[in-house]
Amino acid sequence: MLYSEKVMDHFTNPRNVGEIEDANGVGEVGNAKCGDIMKMYLKIENGVIEDVKFKTFGCGAAIATSSMATEMIKGKTVDEALKLTNSAVVEALEGLPPVKIHCSVLAEQAIKTALADYYTRQGIDPTPFVGELKDPDEEHLACEM
Amino acid sequence: MKRFVYADNAATTQISPEVLDAMMPWLTDGYGNASSIYKKGREARIAMEEARHKVEKALGVPQSRPDYPVEIYFTSGGSEADNWAIKGAAHLMAPKGKKHIITTVFEHHAVLHTCATLEKEGFEVTYLPVNEKGLVTAEQVESAIREDTALVTIMYANNEIGTIQPIPEIGAVCKKHGVLFHTDAVQAVGNVPINVVEQNIDMLSLSGHKIHAQKGIGVLYCRKGIRLPNLIDGGAQERGRRAGTENIAAIVGLGVAIEAACADIPGRAAKLSAMRDRLIEGISKMDRVHLNGDAVRRLPGNVNFSFEGVEGEALLLTLDALGICASSGSACTSGSLDPSHVLLSIGLVHEVAHGSLRLTFSDYNTMEDVDYILEVLPGVIDRLRSMSPLWERITRA
Repeated sequence: MLYSEKVMDHFTNPRNVGEIEDANGVGEVGNAKCGDIMKMYLKIENGVIEDVKFKTFGCGAAIATSSMATEMIKGKTVDEALKLTNSAVVEALEGLPPVKIHCSVLAEQAIKTALADYYTRQGIDPTPFVGELKDPDEEHLACEM
Repeated sequence: MKRFVYADNAATTQISPEVLDAMMPWLTDGYGNASSIYKKGREARIAMEEARHKVEKALGVPQSRPDYPVEIYFTSGGSEADNWAIKGAAHLMAPKGKKHIITTVFEHHAVLHTCATLEKEGFEVTYLPVNEKGLVTAEQVESAIREDTALVTIMYANNEIGTIQPIPEIGAVCKKHGVLFHTDAVQAVGNVPINVVEQNIDMLSLSGHKIHAQKGIGVLYCRKGIRLPNLIDGGAQERGRRAGTENIAAIVGLGVAIEAACADIPGRAAKLSAMRDRLIEGISKMDRVHLNGDAVRRLPGNVNFSFEGVEGEALLLTLDALGICASSGSACTSGSLDPSHVLLSIGLVHEVAHGSLRLTFSDYNTMEDVDYILEVLPGVIDRLRSMSPLWERITRA
């Protein structure tokens, strides 16, 4: 398994690790059986992601993609964060081994799930914004990707 | 202080200086082909037969022909030896109406995938379960033997969790029922006293690079009288049974390595198990950890733990940054979607199997290595757990 220097940097020194106590958007995806769980905490004010933290159980790529994804949405608007794709995370990490691409999918899903939670808490149906979110725990997304 | 600790000796070992010294002449001036009749060729052949005798001695093979041992075959490694023994025995016995093979669920893939290939050819394979410690019994084997059983193939010691199987008892059962018995002894050689005659082993595979010889050399012991069909056809090397110009340097190195590994098995086991036991004792003090495998019937250099809430690959990468080489049975390190079949076979749930760590020692490790591992490991586990939502869930429950 060869990881890029960028992946190793984000694995060794992950950015934005932890929890946000007064988060107003929280999303968790993945499952323990597959060996990957990502949990994202968002603090959104006036449509801007003021703070983001994550906790991840998973391999080096899972931790690195979580870290990179949080860095890419921090300070961005909700609309911008919704546009974050897994391939943008992969590109920012200077590539991932093919078997690890699913980690980047998980990171994208984790952010979308946290944003959906944010909309729901605002009393807004998240579906028009984030689409139909699959429940990765049921779909075994991490294992199948 | 940071140090370099190689604790993955079940994966491969370093070449010992004695082995390298013994090999060098055959990598330089001694380039003759062992099949050639001139002096350079004869010298190579003599060196090869000396190595073969050393293997015989290590395995307790009676030296019926001191000038020309006939039961040791050099191969490209353990995988080839396993393939040859299992496919060969299957094809040898099939014409007699024996198309059933008995093995266990937690063999090395060289055995399991070979069995799977034979199943596609129409052979039937019984995969015996192992208990939660990773052990199979001779009684299990005996009750699985049928009229049409051609072969029993069970590993001597498990490569991941280090459990040592009751091979002499299984050998006796196979002899009683007239069934061929093969054992993959790749991890056992040098750690466990092996005697193919007393233990009723018909065929045995071993590998050079697990005992400080080089990669790409192994042995199949095949008892005289068992006419296995060839796996590799070609020239008349290895008495016409395994073609290909012999790798003299590797063969000579293997001879020196196996002689050294088996010279003092109790002494070697005592040194390795002292390191193993100190490490097991130290890790056992940590929170929510589980020793995988049997505490007693265990290879002297094998430690395998699962750490709840932690994923194995992340653990290995972190240890690597601290100078420690180890391995894990997590899916992410196996290159597949599932964690190690060995860990699942002893009843571990997926998430616990994902958090496994194997540390394996050789003669080149010291107590300082153990102390260093014990010094840094708790901090590594704490850090990974502190960022693990799974750990959060476990501790909250």
